[in-house]
Amino acid sequence: MRRHHDMGGMEAGPVDRAEHDYAPWEKRVDAILRLLSDPKRRILRVDELRRGIEDLGPGAYDELNYYERWIASISNLLIEKGVISIDELGRKMAEVEARHEAERAKGGRA
Amino acid sequence: MSDSHGHSHPHGQPHPFQPDIEDSALTHHQLLQLAVGELLMEKGIFTGDEFRRTLEDIDSRNPGDGARVVARAWVDAEFKKRLLADTAAAAAELGVDAGTIPIMTVENTPQIHNAIVCTLCSCYPRLLLGLPPDWYKSRAYRSRVVREPRAVLAEFGTTIPEDTEVRVHDSTAELRYMVLPMRPEGTEGMSEDELAKLVTRDCMVGVTLPDNPSN
Repeated sequence: MRRHHDMGGMEAGPVDRAEHDYAPWEKRVDAILRLLSDPKRRILRVDELRRGIEDLGPGAYDELNYYERWIASISNLLIEKGVISIDELGRKMAEVEARHEAERAKGGRA
Repeated sequence: MSDSHGHSHPHGQPHPFQPDIEDSALTHHQLLQLAVGELLMEKGIFTGDEFRRTLEDIDSRNPGDGARVVARAWVDAEFKKRLLADTAAAAAELGVDAGTIPIMTVENTPQIHNAIVCTLCSCYPRLLLGLPPDWYKSRAYRSRVVREPRAVLAEFGTTIPEDTEVRVHDSTAELRYMVLPMRPEGTEGMSEDELAKLVTRDCMVGVTLPDNPSN
């Protein structure tokens, strides 16, 4: 069966040639993948990243943007491989969010 | 920072406004990125310095590297042979690190026009061309360019003669491609540096042709 990402030869509309500047957080996702897949570390391979993206399912594939799919796949693979745990990831996300909100409040912009 | 952009956009239009990240709440995926990055550094998987240097390397890559390689191949037939045989080794001669994933250079001729795509995802010769443009990763490009390449190229304003074969190369995680365009006519007297300026990102993807100086 053809999976969702396997779109070569399908019907589709015109190519939208508009481009956006890569946001800093998008480049940071790219940097994380480069480091994890480099010859020094070899923790993730690019084809594993793709498999992880395919495993997000058709809904996520269409609703998330490009680097959202990447970081979702990277996190799932790191958990799957036991590099990080779901619990520590959850705690770290809460910590990062609290820190960011404190910064916003300090700036008077919250 | 210089004012060179490393990307193309229609001039005369302002850049899209990019708000400071401190000004707004983080999205779920931005939080995920920051959390994963911090955890990996805390665990010593990579250092903050390695992370910063990787970001700098990403920013330093742009189609100018690929253009230098193409221009050298136009002026040096022996270099072109080496490029077609082993792209990374040839790029290294010019001080360009093309990375560890093999890249195959495909040569345009009067008989064959080449274009590249990654139908399954977004594999792209990033180390020679920088990060890919949005359309390269789009459903429309990935779906259609393998089925009706001439129609897709026409949307980029490119018409390939009917008697020229159009070949589309589908990249994978293990093999990427770069197009070696044909040297435009009327460029016989130009230097290698001048030639490199005619070589755009899109012509190394194969959706356009190099700028013709007589136009």
